[in-house]
Amino acid sequence: MRVPIAWLREYVALPESVSAVDLAAKLTAYDLKLEEIDSVGAGIEGPIVVGRVVSADKEPQSNGKTINWCQVDVGPEHNVGGEPRGIVCGAHNFVAGDLVVVSLPGAVLPGDFAIAARKTYGHISDGMICSGAELGIAGDPAGIIVIEPTEASVGDDAIELLGLRAEVLDLEVNPDRAYALSLRGVARDTALAFGVAFSDPAAIEAPRGGEAYPVVVEDAVACPVFTARVVTGFDSSRPTPSWMARRIELAGMRSISLAVDITNYVMLELGQPIHGYDRATLQGPIVVRKAVEGEKITTLDDVTRTLTAADLLITDDSGPIGLAAVMGGQHTELTATTTDIVIEAAHFDPPMVARTARLMKLPSEASKRFERGVDPELPAIATQRAAELFAAYGGATIQDGLTYVGEAPAPATITIAADLPAKVTGIAIDTATSISALEANGCSVRVEGDHLVVTPPTWRPDLTDPYDLAEEVLRVVGYDQVPSVLPPAPAGRGLTKAQRLRRRVGMVLAGAGLIEVKTFPFAGPIDMDKLGLPADDARRRQVLLENPLSAEEPGMTTTLLPALLKTLVLNIGRGHSDVAIFETGRVFLPKDGALEAPIYGVDSRPTSAQLAALEAALPAQPQRVGIVMAGERVHSGWWGKGRAVSWADAIAAVLEVARALHVPVEVEAIAYAPWHPGRCAQFVLDGTIIGHAGELHPRVVKSYGLPARTVAAEFDLDALIAAAPDLGDAPSFSTFPVAKEDVALVVDADITAESVARALQGASDLIESVRLFDVYTGDQVPTGAKSLAFALRLRAPDRTLTDDEIKTARDAAVAAAHTATGATQRT
Amino acid sequence: MSAPNNDYDPVEVTPLQIEAVETARDAALAAIAAATTLDELKDVRLAHAGDRSPLALANREIGALPPQARKDAGQRIGQARGAVAKALAARTASLEEEFEEKSLVDECVDVTLPWDLEPVGARHPLTTIQDKVADIFVAMGWEVAEGPEVEAEWLNFDALNLGPDHPARTMQDTFWVSPEKAAMVLRTHTSPVQARTMLDREPPIYIVCPGRVFRTDELDATHSPVFHQVEGLAIDEGISMAHLKGTLDHFARAMFGDAMTTRFRPSYFPFTEPSAEVDLLCYVCHGDPALVAACRTCRGEGWVEWGGCGVVNPRVLVACGIDPERYSGFAFGMGLDRTITSRYDIADLRDLIDGDIRFTLPFGVEV
Repeated sequence: MRVPIAWLREYVALPESVSAVDLAAKLTAYDLKLEEIDSVGAGIEGPIVVGRVVSADKEPQSNGKTINWCQVDVGPEHNVGGEPRGIVCGAHNFVAGDLVVVSLPGAVLPGDFAIAARKTYGHISDGMICSGAELGIAGDPAGIIVIEPTEASVGDDAIELLGLRAEVLDLEVNPDRAYALSLRGVARDTALAFGVAFSDPAAIEAPRGGEAYPVVVEDAVACPVFTARVVTGFDSSRPTPSWMARRIELAGMRSISLAVDITNYVMLELGQPIHGYDRATLQGPIVVRKAVEGEKITTLDDVTRTLTAADLLITDDSGPIGLAAVMGGQHTELTATTTDIVIEAAHFDPPMVARTARLMKLPSEASKRFERGVDPELPAIATQRAAELFAAYGGATIQDGLTYVGEAPAPATITIAADLPAKVTGIAIDTATSISALEANGCSVRVEGDHLVVTPPTWRPDLTDPYDLAEEVLRVVGYDQVPSVLPPAPAGRGLTKAQRLRRRVGMVLAGAGLIEVKTFPFAGPIDMDKLGLPADDARRRQVLLENPLSAEEPGMTTTLLPALLKTLVLNIGRGHSDVAIFETGRVFLPKDGALEAPIYGVDSRPTSAQLAALEAALPAQPQRVGIVMAGERVHSGWWGKGRAVSWADAIAAVLEVARALHVPVEVEAIAYAPWHPGRCAQFVLDGTIIGHAGELHPRVVKSYGLPARTVAAEFDLDALIAAAPDLGDAPSFSTFPVAKEDVALVVDADITAESVARALQGASDLIESVRLFDVYTGDQVPTGAKSLAFALRLRAPDRTLTDDEIKTARDAAVAAAHTATGATQRT
Repeated sequence: MSAPNNDYDPVEVTPLQIEAVETARDAALAAIAAATTLDELKDVRLAHAGDRSPLALANREIGALPPQARKDAGQRIGQARGAVAKALAARTASLEEEFEEKSLVDECVDVTLPWDLEPVGARHPLTTIQDKVADIFVAMGWEVAEGPEVEAEWLNFDALNLGPDHPARTMQDTFWVSPEKAAMVLRTHTSPVQARTMLDREPPIYIVCPGRVFRTDELDATHSPVFHQVEGLAIDEGISMAHLKGTLDHFARAMFGDAMTTRFRPSYFPFTEPSAEVDLLCYVCHGDPALVAACRTCRGEGWVEWGGCGVVNPRVLVACGIDPERYSGFAFGMGLDRTITSRYDIADLRDLIDGDIRFTLPFGVEV
């Protein structure tokens, strides 16, 4: 809400010494937070005065233009030697005798435009006759400002008159402070904050009784009050008085025409939206009713809208003439030929207004106020105020009678424990302080034992609950009075296992030389195509969004890889050649069927079954770890050549995490997009696949423009953490001597080393460990086979092994490997 | 070697004569002194102290002397051999020392050579700040709660006193899951975790919830559609706004140092009543009257916005099954991305999220 300070001062007896900064500080402390102080026209310098055009001689010029050579009376102070000043003016929307605004030499206009006497078109032009645009105010950009004779006299300071210099407070108004969307409301809070007198602009008499225009309200819930007044003989050719136009503009709206400006001015002043109908276009009585499903209305913004049965309409015999509380209809609009006006001010049900404005996507100045709650006593006052302005500035005659349908809803009383404000705030607030604070805010308070029975004022529909009243008391006592007290320390259980282990995983990966990134969890079919996922791949089924930011990423991602690969591309594009990054984040996996999360009431806790239903509707959102690496894993340097990132690094990173969590995962070969079909591992935990790692498919590398042999991994962190033991196994080890045996086994090329190692290890309890130390393919082994060399360490817990025992165990291991994988000992 | 002298006649044995022994000793000592390397010294040892050296050979002749002469000759030879052995040991030690010194000089390297074989990793500051916040509250006995990011509309809004037509609801630019009747959103704040916790357990409740949240803002230097908050909730008997202030003051000091303090300003949130904005003393100028006017961080205010907070609205307690007559509580929430960008004076929020490794690397693995 933009509040011109000069306007505000009209209703508040603020000392002159209070600056805009003081005012803003107090209001901020009082719940109206300052966005900014807008010092409009701060650079403008006088003299800028009102002048009367004594004569205007039209002089055609050789360039085809015609200029006015004017003599302008700028008052005794500024006339030169008692004579009017000669000024050249190119505009033609004025005649001799008009009052205009003249910038005299020495003046500075907005944009640092200094005015001086200058020679032009064969004359000395001793000043400038100004347009609104030149003065930094709105209006006809082509024409100069012509001032009504009643508004000013020759020689008046136009800076003052037009409000060229103005300070405007731009205040952030919270949704519960509907009253603050008006000068009246801000003025009342200002008066309270400074402890000075408030003169209520709504304190005017409105007639009661009589009928200005027939009105029927069919839905008194949606429209509890509807008032109408009629003015006739309005002269729509009259301009808006400059002060009014200026105030409207400073408040952030546009000055349009006198009739529209009056309705907006009253809304800004009082907070009550009002609407004017051209009476000549109304047919029959005004009827306020709910729309019929599918009914249409063309609103003032030239859009034809289709309505639902929840929307409220203002209608006449011709059909809809206004979308209640939101926007008027086109065909009863006030126009340049309007003479008789029906002025409407009504009170509407806030939730109804909010729903219509939301569904129509049509937030208007009116709906913004109605949905937050307008003082229901205002409609009659606002129509009276508007009618008076139509009479004063538009020459209209106010017709007798005020149509008043319905009844202003009375605020409900609230009973609170007298000590509630103290209990809620922790400040020692006594009952007398609470009562005076509430009364200062317009509440009436009755003491009943140790309770207060409070009736809020009509302009505070937001005050409905005891805690609301505690806040009102706190506002008056001061938020800075709240003491600082630590609550008693609860007996907490620390981080959960999952929380601790997630930290450990981040540390392990960072320790392994990977850098953590944060990406957005949005993705789309383009990403899945780039990954080369098959058409029926489950990862193509996404949780979609109604309003995604980008059409290319219409939903939530099912894999961390696309965003990580984009981040990799960004880093490589910025000149990093060796990049190893990871992310821990959720993926979103839709459940089968179109699930809807139920909406429950809020008057009690939903049942456990209801809560379970709600949970069941949500998509699965497991936390995963994604890893991508490119470039060198071991850097080249003065020590020699480094090592390029390998498929094995991706697998090793996952296994390192698993080891850190003490979870044994098995590695198996698999062909799975987006990985290279021959260089991809899947990780298996208790028979469930929990992730994949390896080198990316060359086509994927190409589609992202990545370095060859870029590697990636992605695994389910939740599953890994769930499998992590609370306690790792404490080691028990033998102190007897170790026996070391090497075996070289020849197997088919497609047999995995892991399967051979597992067979060796399982052959005897005496085998302490099995480690692969060489892989060989070549002349020494048959084509299609490979030789795997393992180092076995054998040891017994209770004795030194004999040569026979060692041989037996070694032979058993080789035999087990043969049975499991067909391995034969290399000779 | 001469035959044993058994008849006790004095026999003249040339090598045992004083002159001969002294000559042999002096030759040995001279050779030892002349050796300049350990290898040379090895040869000298062989020649002058070995089994075939003159003194060793002379020693064998002692048996040829008559018994009365043996003692004298033995002593003479023993002294000469002792002198040689001592000289050898001393020379060995000094040559070894020389050799070692030379080796150490020869092995001298440039210790400023880089040794960056292994890449260096780092955790993201948005992760570590969440850990830090969690640690501060866990140290006070609080617990860390979590919730999903695709959230039920009822938990994100209704349960928090944000009914379907509440004006504050449209102010939160919400991502809606398709179709709209699915009644799911990307959580617009971490507050649904409050509701989840209250629905899940009995008071007393003291939890914080750091997490990722979503609003439909276009990404620019100061806005992101995806950002991070931390939410706090305390529900117990007799909880007041003073406890909120105490907790936030403690939190601020733990995060930003002992000189830090907070202030409350009136505000509005549907789920708290009374509600407040909490500001931090500007961590650049500390509100110092001499500095505050020119301070860019707080733009002359002396305070920077930190978050929103308030006393939990009893309507929220009711919706979550907690008796508002018995229990009261407070809640707070602040943006973590903004905390980082303003704390480190990062002009563009996008630096935090576009994933350039140069941004994250300096943060290392700090907690």
